[in-house]
Formats: sequence, C-alpha cells, structure tokens
Amino acid sequence: MSALSIEHLSIGLPKGADRAFAVEDISFAIEKGEILCVVGESGSGKSMTANALMGLLPPGVTVKSGRAMFEARDILRLPEAEKQALRGERIAMIFQEPMTALNPLMRIGEQIAEVFAAHDRFSQQERRDKALNLIREVGLPDPEKIIRAYPFQLSGGQRQRAMIAMALALEPKLLIADEPTTALDVTTQAQILKLILDLRERHGMAVMFITHDFGVVAEIADQVIVMREGRVVERGSAASVLTDPQHDYTRRLLDAIPTGKLPPARAPRDVPALEIKGLRKVYRTGGGFFRPVREVRAVDDVSLTVGRGEVLGLVGESGSGKSTLGRTAVRLVTPDGGQVLVGGTDLAALSEEELRRQRHKVQMVFQDPYASLNPRQRIMGALTDGPITKGVPKAQAQARAKELLEIVGLGADAASRFPHEFSGGQRQRIGIARALAMDPELIIADEAVSALDVSIQAQVLDLLRDLRERFDLSILFITHDLRVAAQLCDRIAVMQKGKLVEIGTVHDIFLNPQQDYTRQLLAAVPGADWAKAGAA
Amino acid sequence: MWKRFSSNIGAMIGVVLLLAVILIAIFAPLLFSHTPWQMVQRPFLTPFTMDGLPLGTDTLGRDVASQLAYGARVSLLVGLVSTLVALLIGVPLGALAGFYGNWVDEGAMRFTEFFQTIPNFALAIVLVAIFEPTLISITIAIAIVSWPPVARLVRAEVMSVRKREFVDAARLAGLSRPRILMTQVLPNTVSPIIVMASLMVATAILLESSLSFLGLGDPNAMSWGYMIGAARTVIRSAWWLSFFPGIAIVLTVLALNLIGEGLNDALNPHLSRKGKA
Amino acid sequence: MSILTTILSRAFKAFVTLLAIAVLNFCLLHAAPGDPAVVLAGEAGAADEQMIEQLRERFGLDQPFHVQLGKYVGSVLTLDLGYSFRQGAPVAQLIAERLPATLLLTLTAFVISLVLGIAFGVAASARVGKASDSLLTTLALLFYATPLYWAALMAVLVFSVWLGWLPGFGYETVGAGYTGFARAFDIAKHLVLPALTLGLFFMAVYMRMTRASMLEVSQLDFVKTAKAKGLSGPAIRRRHILRNAILPVVTLAGLQAGQLVGGAVLTETVFAWPGIGRLMFESLAARDYNTILGVFLVSAAMVILFNIVTDIVYRLVDPRIGAKA
Repeated sequence: MSALSIEHLSIGLPKGADRAFAVEDISFAIEKGEILCVVGESGSGKSMTANALMGLLPPGVTVKSGRAMFEARDILRLPEAEKQALRGERIAMIFQEPMTALNPLMRIGEQIAEVFAAHDRFSQQERRDKALNLIREVGLPDPEKIIRAYPFQLSGGQRQRAMIAMALALEPKLLIADEPTTALDVTTQAQILKLILDLRERHGMAVMFITHDFGVVAEIADQVIVMREGRVVERGSAASVLTDPQHDYTRRLLDAIPTGKLPPARAPRDVPALEIKGLRKVYRTGGGFFRPVREVRAVDDVSLTVGRGEVLGLVGESGSGKSTLGRTAVRLVTPDGGQVLVGGTDLAALSEEELRRQRHKVQMVFQDPYASLNPRQRIMGALTDGPITKGVPKAQAQARAKELLEIVGLGADAASRFPHEFSGGQRQRIGIARALAMDPELIIADEAVSALDVSIQAQVLDLLRDLRERFDLSILFITHDLRVAAQLCDRIAVMQKGKLVEIGTVHDIFLNPQQDYTRQLLAAVPGADWAKAGAA
Repeated sequence: MWKRFSSNIGAMIGVVLLLAVILIAIFAPLLFSHTPWQMVQRPFLTPFTMDGLPLGTDTLGRDVASQLAYGARVSLLVGLVSTLVALLIGVPLGALAGFYGNWVDEGAMRFTEFFQTIPNFALAIVLVAIFEPTLISITIAIAIVSWPPVARLVRAEVMSVRKREFVDAARLAGLSRPRILMTQVLPNTVSPIIVMASLMVATAILLESSLSFLGLGDPNAMSWGYMIGAARTVIRSAWWLSFFPGIAIVLTVLALNLIGEGLNDALNPHLSRKGKA
Repeated sequence: MSILTTILSRAFKAFVTLLAIAVLNFCLLHAAPGDPAVVLAGEAGAADEQMIEQLRERFGLDQPFHVQLGKYVGSVLTLDLGYSFRQGAPVAQLIAERLPATLLLTLTAFVISLVLGIAFGVAASARVGKASDSLLTTLALLFYATPLYWAALMAVLVFSVWLGWLPGFGYETVGAGYTGFARAFDIAKHLVLPALTLGLFFMAVYMRMTRASMLEVSQLDFVKTAKAKGLSGPAIRRRHILRNAILPVVTLAGLQAGQLVGGAVLTETVFAWPGIGRLMFESLAARDYNTILGVFLVSAAMVILFNIVTDIVYRLVDPRIGAKA
C-alpha cells in the first residue's frame, strides 16, 4: 500500500486570484521509503499541494474536491484536532527559508523538544536527551552547545539541519520538504541532500520533495511528477523523465537547464575592458564605546582582467566577496586599496565629482527585478535619466530608449508604463536596456538571472548571448551557479572568502580544475553526473 | 487606491465627520449672529430648554453652541498648521539622516532622541508659558514636540528605500546625491508620511486642547479645551459645559484617526491591519 | 554587552541628556521676553527691587553668557533648582515633597496600561474579524481619541459625583487620621480613578500595537514551523507569537513614557493629586518659572528612568541583543 495517495485533488483559490484553482484534479502516490520529487516553476501549485496535506492552507484557499489517503484515512477531511495530532508525528515538513523558519527567541534544544511536548511524549529529561541525539544524528557539530544556542548563532545550513532534526523527532512516516535547499549554497545544498538520502535509508520514511531544480531531481528522486499551472503534466521514474521526457513542457524545462554542455571556446582578447589590480575591501562592524571591532576581508588582494568583448564569469558561494568585487568595480563601494582600471581611468581613485562624469563607463544589471526599478518612475525616465545627465540631448536619449526596448524584446510602447505592469523577466530586460542606454565599456551583471524561474532564466541568458554578439559587449557575470556561468562565459574566475582561487577558460575550469575548492564546487553542483552524462 | 479607501466604512465615517466639522468651522459666523464671547442669556442655562440656544449657556451666559463652532476653527487651524511645521522639521532631518548616514545620521538621531526623551507635553507647557500663549506660540510649541516621530519614520523609510537596487542604478546613471534623494528616494516614502500626518493632526488637536485646558490657550481665541477648563470647577452643577466640548474633540480626533487608518490600509495594502496573507 | 555595562552606558547617556535639558532651560529663560531676573521672580516678586537684584547676582546676569550658563548648569548639577518666591521654598524641596505621589500615579498607570493593553491586544488578535475583536478595537479607537483630562472629568462626574463609588479628589482623606494598612487602602481608593483615566489612552495605544504586532508575527515562517510540529493554536500564540510580538510593544512603551509623564500634569490637575504635575499647573497661573522649569527637568529624568527600565526588559527578552556586540 502507498504511504500517501492523492486522488483527484483540487484546491480553490479565493475570488480575485489570477486563476480559480491552485491545483486542479491531480493524482499521485508515494510509496513507502520512496522519494518523490514534485517539480514546477513558481505558481505551479506544488507548494499549495504540500500545505493542503499539512492542513496549513492560507485563509481563503480551500480543498474543493478529491482526497488524500494516508494510513487509511482521508487526511484532507479530518477534524482539526486530528490534523494537529498528525502534524509533526506522522507527517513532518521542512521549509525553504531556514533563516526565518526558526523562532528567533527560543533555543534550538527547546524548539526540538517542543515537538515531543506538542504530542505529550516523554519526560523533560527524556526530551532533552532525545533532542541531543537528534542534533547528533543530523550532523550538527558540538551538540551540547547547539542545544543551548539561539537560531541567530547558526549558519543557514545548520539551521536547516536543526529543522530536519525537528521533523525527524517522532519518526514520521512521511516527510514533506518544500524547496529545502533553494536558499542554501551549493556545497551546503549537496550536504543537506545527502543527509536526506541517508535519513531515508535509515528510517525508511517516504519523502515528498518539492523543487524547481532538475539538478536536485537527478540527485535524489526515485519518482518525479512535473506540475504546471496546477496540473500534472508528466510523471514517471526519475531516470525516464530525465532522459526521455514525454511532455513538451518538461522538455523545455530540461532544455532550459544550463547543463554541462560547454560552448565552443573563443580566442582570448588582448585589449582589456576592465583591469582590477590588488583590490582590497575590508568591512568593519561594531566598534564603539564598549564593543570591539570585527573585520571581514570581503575582497582580499584580487587582480583580474576582463578583455574587450569577453564575458568573464565570477563564481563563488555567499560570503565569497564576489558581489563586493562587482560593486567595487562600479564604485558603488569604495575599495580600501588597489586599482579599478576602465579604459585607462582608475575608478577607485576618482573624486565623487569626477566619478559622476565617468559613471557611464561601467553599468550594472541587478539581481532583484522587483527592487531594481523605481516603482514611481516610468520606464522612459529610468532609461533616459543617465544619458541626459551624461549630456545626450533629450529627444535623442528618448529615441534611443525606445530602440533599446525593441532590442530587448519589449516594444517601444513599454517606455510610457510603470514597472509594476511588467513581470520579473520583463523587468530584467528593462534593466539590461537601462545598462545599454549608457553605452558602457563594461557591464557587470550581478546574479542577474538568479531570481528568475528556469524557463525565464533561459530566455534572459539567450538575450544576453545575443546582445554580446551584436554589440561586442564586455561583461563581468557574477553568479553562484556554475551551470549558468558555463552557458554564457568565456572564462570563469572562482572566489572563496575574498580571495581569487582560480581563473581559467570554461573548459579548463570544468574539465581540468586545478584547485581543491573548484573541484568541490563542481562536485556539489546538483545533477553534475547526470549533466556530464548528457554532455558526453 | 480610492476604491480601497472608499470601501472602508470607518474611513468614510471619518470623512463625513471631518467634513461636518470643517463646514461648521467655516460657516460659524453665518450660523451664529453673536460671537462666542457675547453674553446672550442668563448663565448656566440648561441645554435643550430654549430655542436658539440648543446647548445652553456657560458660566457667563455665553452661547455654548456658538463657542463650539468657533472652537472648531482653532482646533483645525492649530492641528493643521502645527502638523505642517512638524513635517517641515521632521522630513528633511529624517531624510538627510537616513540618506547620508554616518555622522549626519548620528548627529540627527541624537538630536531627535533628545527631543523624544523630553516629556513632550511638559515641554509644550514650558514653551507656551515662557513665550506667552498666542495661536502662533501654541502652534510652534506643538510642532516642536511633534516632529521627532516624523524624523524617525522618514529616516527608517529612506534607509530601507536607499538600499534598493534602483537607487544604485541611479548612482550609476551619474545622478547627483541630492537629486537621487529628491527624485528617487523621497517619492517612495510619501505614503507612510501621509498616513502619519493625518494621525498627527489628531494628536495636535489633542495637545492644543490640553494646553487650553490648563489655561495656556490664546486668550483671544475660543477653543474647546478652554471651555472644558473653564467649566472644570462647576462640573457638579453644570456637567454639559464640559461634556459637549469633550464630545466635539473626541469626534474630530476620531474622524482623523479613522481617515488615517483608512489611508494606511489603502496606501500600504500589504500592511493591512486585518492581517490576511 | 552585559546588563551592567548597559546600565552604565545608559546612565552616562541619561546624564548627558539631563545636562542638555539644563542648557535648554537656561536658553528658554533667556529667550523669554524681558529681563531673566524679572522673569524668574515672576508675578510674586515683580515689585521687589531688592529681590531682583539678588537674582541678578545669583545668576551673574552682569557676566558674560557662558559664565552665566556655567553657573546655571552647575547649580542644577548640585540639585539646586532655584527658589520659588511664590511658594516661599526651594524648588528642589517642593518637588521632593510631591515626587512620590507622581511616581505612584505614573507607575501605576504605566503598569495598568501595559498589562491591560497587551492582554486586550492578544485577546483581540486571537479573535480577529469576530464581534469581540471589533468591539475591542472600536473601544481602543475611542479611548485613543479621548483627551485625558476630559476622560478624567467624566470619570469624576460619573463615579464620584453621581454614583459616589470612589473619591474624585485628592490623595487621601484629609483629617481621617488613617495609619498603616487603612491608610494604604485609602490612598489606593483615591488612586483608582486617576490611574485608570491616565492609563486609558496608553492602554489603547498598547492594545492596538499588540494586536497589530501579533497579527504580523503570526504571518512569519516560524509560526508555520510551529504549526507543522502539531502545536495547538493557544500554545503557538503563547510560546511563539506573543514573545516575538511583545518586543516592539516594549520599545513603544519606553518611547511613550514621556507622554505618560507629561499627561500626569492634566490628571493631577483634575484630581487635585498632590504631585509635581499639579505643582506645575499651580506655578503656571503664578508664572513661577523656576518651579515650572524644575518640574520639567525632573519629569524628563523620570522619563529617562522609564526608558532604562524598558531597555533592560527588552534585553532580558531578546537574546540577540546581548550577544551581538
């Protein structure tokens, strides 16, 4: 018998939502000890399905029809008290954001022991001992210390481990994991995925694993279902879905995924667009009356060159200093030492006033499409402010803005609209047009596609590839995702803890990495083996 | 936005109430043939006993209804002007502190904290007492004690907007810092400022009435607080003399608060106090 | 940062603030229309040339500005707040006599408003959208719009004049000669109306804040985690939402302490409560600026005290603050 079997489930959205159903007539089953990956982009209804199973649907969202059989009961129709008894004991859940999923004012030990308290199990002392054991089991260091720690004292990966400890506390039969590794760095993600696989092995629970990332699917899934706009479009074993997708949408998603397929190598360029020499930036926090100063070397003596017409990928995990380096290169951050040479001018040495006149030389495409455009300014203003300040006549700047909007695929009439009328991907196109409007010598793209769904990501990457051919752009492409870097870049630079670890052509980095850390990163990329197999 | 505001019953009640008070204030001279200072009947006339004097007379035989109407003028005027002055102090200070940070922020915030620590009503009393009670000194005193929350709010808003990427983009466009502050940052802080301003008018009206109650009102302007203060000692024999002006204050302040909440729900829907997801 | 260093740094800040207020007082005296000595003497001494001469000498009014300032601030630091010609006693002594009554009133009102405000706020948030929530929020809105002094007057009218349940005047029954417990009970009876009417407005403030904060926190991710553990609704509210929701309320309460102390002037005036607020009101009519400024300084000191207390409470509740530094 299946651990969980969902039959013809439909979940209704409140009136005024963009569609009537979050999920519509879906059916699937998870067998005991099996990992089922539910894959889909945002809005596919995958999270709603999980929330419905837990009885945690937001107000206004209701189960319209269908049933979910678990231990011979329809858990969608249970009275609230029985649902509550089920939660945490028979079905447990972990969430995407480990930073906010723990109560900031409560010790980790207490939060784990609370699961036992909620279900009235064990004495105080037993609860503590069991919490300690769980902390050990999920591989957290120094359990005696962790049990007394507050969430803010733990890293993201450690918090996710603590969440998993809570979920395991009562040996649930089903674990629902809602994008549990999306917010984590790749190496941490790899560890957490391994932990989940280990625990499944040891405890034999069924896992419903929600993700948008086919790489993750390749790592852990036994079975896969693909969801789109509330419907299941494809299902099957992981192997068959990954290698022989039947549905067009699945195929598009798989194609959109940056694989290890490396672009043909280009001849290196000699003329530098950007030269960074011995760049240093130290962040000091604290310091004051009673507090000692803490120093973080965000960028520690880094030198690199981006050739004219070249795309250099800058890859690293969070805290590696890659973003600081990018922001220093445009002088949004003033470095503590070193040079940033663009067309022979050292941006790092300019005064505020001189800098303003030189700003146009380096432009940036930002990460968050919702924060990078002023909600109260029309698109035309965003695209012409810079050129007009630079001295371009207004009419000419406006004509150019319309032309650029056409080029990035939005149409000239986008100019008179406000940002909220556009989707995330469209906004990112506007951001690219804004950077191009300044005719920069170098564009810095800071995680420019990270916030987008896979299929949109692919479209924006296509646009960037197309633009670089057309305008011979020089781009410093900052990303945490090696797969994305491989798609677009000529060379890749790897950073770790403020230092430049390795720099080389994409082929060198992927096929013949010189440094341990680079090898570690490559190994951590989810689905690396599968991708390699695909590339071969 | 107007749709959201007008569908809020509380806010619409507030608008109707406030409009009524405004109309009464404007047309007070047309509604009453006598000034609020004129003795028109015997003192202590009970309400609803004589035509033409619906709310009775006070200790000196003056028409309470007329006093209420003229009092509305003082309340609204002082409330509005002192709020404007407080905004003129608080918005620039908060904006500069939030935008430039570092020592500008440090200095401005220490200054603000200082004013926030001082018991504001006590400071208002001291200011009005020392500079003699006139409408101007009262208005300025209220403004001086009301600006710190504005500065804090604007600073917090500016700091959060300043971190957004479109501000970085504006810097890369070569815009000057003052221009970025004026055209990119401040327009995005307007909604919470409007909400706060509407609530501040309410608070200012309460402050003005409290000052007048203590005898620190402009002796040439009839005000609700003065009426209650003057009737305080005769509360046992003539309760209506303190009751009606109090009701007038409650309704006016309530109207402004309702409007403020309506604006808040309409302008910041994600912070809706209904707390839905 | 330990509690001790917190207190030390706060005490230092408090000292600087008080110094600044002393300077402000001095500037106000000089900004007042007319000769500061005449201003200080007030109505009581307006005709007495000799007294004004004494005052000139005391403040060194013939000396340069900074010397005068130094003298003034110096005397404030030694707790010399000047002399009230109206009352015929040093201001410091007048204030010291009346401070206990004010402390009793404001602390009681503070505690009542905070406890009831949080309790009602929690209750309302637990019944959001229901009739009892609407009733509570409407009442809070009404209290929030009611002038303190008017609420006080109406309370006197209803509970003292009409119903005769509670005394509406004074601090204790004069001439009753109560001692010990009987006296405490008598004072407590006198305290009910003033403390309640002073606390009413602030109760409304804290209630609205608590309700909003509870609703906001209940949307946070960790509440969903708590639900996923199988905790019951009340347990989630108590263990997870309340503690997090209360922090901003404590901060607000600290900030509002200034208003509470200022509001005491009105309450004490209505109830003839013999505290420093009433002293200030009496001095207003007499233009006794020395006393007014003295009360002002002392009430600011009280606010600082309230702030330090809420600061310590905050640190005890929130583990992040102590460890961050």
